[in-house]
Amino acid sequence: MAFIELKQVSKQFIQKNQRIDAVNQVDLTIQKGEIFGIVGYSGAGKSTLIRLFNGLEKPTAGKITINGEEIQQLKGKELRKFRKKVGMIFQHFNLLWSRTVEENILLPLELAGVAKEEREERAKELIQLVGLSGKNNTYPAQLSGGQKQRVGIARALANQPEILLVDEGTSALDPQTTDEVLELLAEVNQRLGVTIIFITHEMHVIRKICQKVAVMESGKVVEFGEVTEVFEHPKQAVTKRFVQQETIPEANLADFSDQYTEGKLVKLTFRGDQARQPILSQVIRKFQIDMSVIQGQIQAMRETSFGTLIVEIIGEEKEMDRALLFLVEQGIGVEVVDHA
Amino acid sequence: MHKGNFKEMYLNTEQLDLGKFKVATSETLYMTVVSMLFVIIIGLILGLLLYNLGKSKRIGAKIFYNLLSIISNICRSVPFIILIILLIPFTKALMGTFLGAKAAIPSLVISAAPFYGRLVEMAFREVDHGVLEAANSMGANKWELVTKVLIPESLPALISGVTVTVITMIGFTAMAGAIGAGGLGGLAYQEGFMRNRPTITLFATICVLVIVFMVQWLGDWAVKKTDKR
Repeated sequence: MAFIELKQVSKQFIQKNQRIDAVNQVDLTIQKGEIFGIVGYSGAGKSTLIRLFNGLEKPTAGKITINGEEIQQLKGKELRKFRKKVGMIFQHFNLLWSRTVEENILLPLELAGVAKEEREERAKELIQLVGLSGKNNTYPAQLSGGQKQRVGIARALANQPEILLVDEGTSALDPQTTDEVLELLAEVNQRLGVTIIFITHEMHVIRKICQKVAVMESGKVVEFGEVTEVFEHPKQAVTKRFVQQETIPEANLADFSDQYTEGKLVKLTFRGDQARQPILSQVIRKFQIDMSVIQGQIQAMRETSFGTLIVEIIGEEKEMDRALLFLVEQGIGVEVVDHA
Repeated sequence: MHKGNFKEMYLNTEQLDLGKFKVATSETLYMTVVSMLFVIIIGLILGLLLYNLGKSKRIGAKIFYNLLSIISNICRSVPFIILIILLIPFTKALMGTFLGAKAAIPSLVISAAPFYGRLVEMAFREVDHGVLEAANSMGANKWELVTKVLIPESLPALISGVTVTVITMIGFTAMAGAIGAGGLGGLAYQEGFMRNRPTITLFATICVLVIVFMVQWLGDWAVKKTDKR
């Protein structure tokens, strides 16, 4: 049985006499130790969905099984006990301004009833782990956004949780800090084996650290699978829009087809090791064609990379066809753009 | 008014009896401090109740909230001097007398506690919703939420609320003094006004002002000290 399993989970709100299906019949399975991304635009229901994992929201229907426990049934004391084993990180950090860095990290330990000496020792370890040594007695107001989120991460890890819920954890940070925080999360996942559920509206965050992704739209999970797979073959319109945030926009391609009329305009997609092999130079050497690169992009993903390249091939029709066939044989995605 | 005349009236230091001023000042402080302690405790409970009931969506909670709201509005809206008179039977039953500094305490508490309760409610409402959610996600229970998050995160507002309330209460003690509670208000009224010795009134006023300024200064200092934002 999967570590986390959602079966036909729905959450409805009544707002001004109107029913809102924030989460609508969602099925998901998440494996232990995975970094699982949930991506969607605002209002897609991802914030509500993530709050179902620790009972901050109760589902109106369906079953949420975590480690064999049906958590939608937990109440009161049992629910609070369960929550101590699930860490949560927030977009706006949600640190207590009245407590220092160390005291903020101590809070969950105090709530879990850990003995004083033990919790102080643990807090110091965590400060080291997240790279905030020397900031023990600093108040959050004096920290930068990235440092605040590090405190948030340390705090979430205090009770050695099995699951870490990340609610837009990098959306309030600048790109550089985002990368640092993502690296820290990936490290935490590797070293401690914590399962991370990450919601975001930024596809590059998913690409960077997640193994699996679920795409949400108006309360439903519309697409779900390995990140590389979803990136390469997006099926739904929303997914395509998300992937395009990252890759070359379709509109551009049409523009190019008007500008480059001499030869064939081709979009090539590479994945994994292919992106690192000199396939293009092989093609040029093997066949009697010329090739010019119009636009290209390679994105590093968690364990692999993914690239798109738009090229113009000039040469005899036959040679060009043979070259394209060779590329297809090499496992490269080939898409010929028709001239308008 | 002639200059000499003014000096004769208001700066006639022969009228001043230091012993009486000492007693009056200590009476004022006693009334203020004792009722302040009650006001803080009752106000915190009331404010917490209002805060929790105000958030709840249940019909019962809404009715209770409105009821509590109306009662506290009445308590702090009745002019203090009338409240004291209205409460005379209650004070007598509770304290055994309606004269003296001690007897002023019930009325002071009844009029100031709802006022402070409102300030407490507002202070709690200002606490960041996200921080409360974070504490919830860590498995905090209701009591821990109040003691570890709500109160520490609203402490500066709670303190400045105490400052405002105490200053209002000092004003009320003076009114209570006029009808037999003693203190600096009593001194100014009984000794100064009734016996036509303006110097006493003036100096009693100065004493009250000094106390008020000290309270304000102390309050501001404490707010600054606790506010780490």
